[in-house]
Amino acid sequence: METSKSNKVRHQDAMCTNDSAKPEASIFSYFIYMLIGVVFGVVFVKAEIISWFRIQEMFRLHSFHMYGVIGTAVLVAMISIFIIKKFSIKTLQNETVYLETKTFSKGQLYGGLIFGIGWAITGACPGPLFAQIGSGFLPVIITLLSAIGGTWLYGYVREKLPH
Amino acid sequence: MIQLIQQPWHWAIAGTLIGLTVPTLLLVGNKKFGISSTLRHICAICIPGNISFFQYNWKKETWNLFFVAGIAIGGFIATNFLSNPSTIVIAAPTQDSLKALGITNYQSLMPIQIFSMENIFTLKGLIFFVLGGFMVGFGTRYAGGCTSGHAIMGLSSLQWPSLIATCCFMIGGFLSANFLVPVILKLLQ
Repeated sequence: METSKSNKVRHQDAMCTNDSAKPEASIFSYFIYMLIGVVFGVVFVKAEIISWFRIQEMFRLHSFHMYGVIGTAVLVAMISIFIIKKFSIKTLQNETVYLETKTFSKGQLYGGLIFGIGWAITGACPGPLFAQIGSGFLPVIITLLSAIGGTWLYGYVREKLPH
Repeated sequence: MIQLIQQPWHWAIAGTLIGLTVPTLLLVGNKKFGISSTLRHICAICIPGNISFFQYNWKKETWNLFFVAGIAIGGFIATNFLSNPSTIVIAAPTQDSLKALGITNYQSLMPIQIFSMENIFTLKGLIFFVLGGFMVGFGTRYAGGCTSGHAIMGLSSLQWPSLIATCCFMIGGFLSANFLVPVILKLLQ
């Protein structure tokens, strides 16, 4: 009971860098995330998710492949989250797993449409961009830089956009 | 065994592994699966300007940058050591319609008729790399997430705003792949 309370407090204090209860993350502790990324990147390539062709095929409704990948991923993640919540499984740091609640904004409509259009043109959502570059499709570096530029412009004009 | 790894993986295997990334990140360090936010962190680190949207403690999100660096490394490993020697097999109707648009080369996962270095300074490059990339970056941030943050993380944690976002991703993609991309390719032919 007391641990869960202290965890809650810790989350509220999320901007604090000097967390008393756990030591500051060292550079080495980040390598586990890199390792998870490596597995993820291999899957992206091996299941051809990074392929522009697969994206065209998906949006033309000519193949089940991509729907199968995304559908299975959602299902597996959903069951996993259900199990974590049901049995109150703690993180490796013995924290309570905490999920943010997303709130609706018009950005999900407008931004969603804009991203969708870009997705079919580039054949990539942000994750595959990194895997495409790693795979040696070097022009995608331009795509990534432009995506960073797009993100920056969003930040710049954010207050003027409908949300 | 190596042959089994080399051939394209079944969607159920890929989907399961991608789905398992969500609980893995949650249990390893209470991290939320999401990739487009790394683009925001890169802005916050490199070009924050005076923009409040980029004024936050990005150091807390360093893990995310390691994660995407890993994705690039994974892409390198899979393409150089585990890659499928044969050409990519795409549904016949897609191949037919792309053929009419001048896309005929299936040697690699990306059509080299579009994604080649020679195209960088052409109109093709401007549209497929610069404009396309811009829409991905602007759109995902405006929507507050991409396929990972909304479609996978959001849907699996039953967040209805993510369902709306995912539907919009798909609508945009349908319009783009069926109408916009063919028109662009036709004009550039």
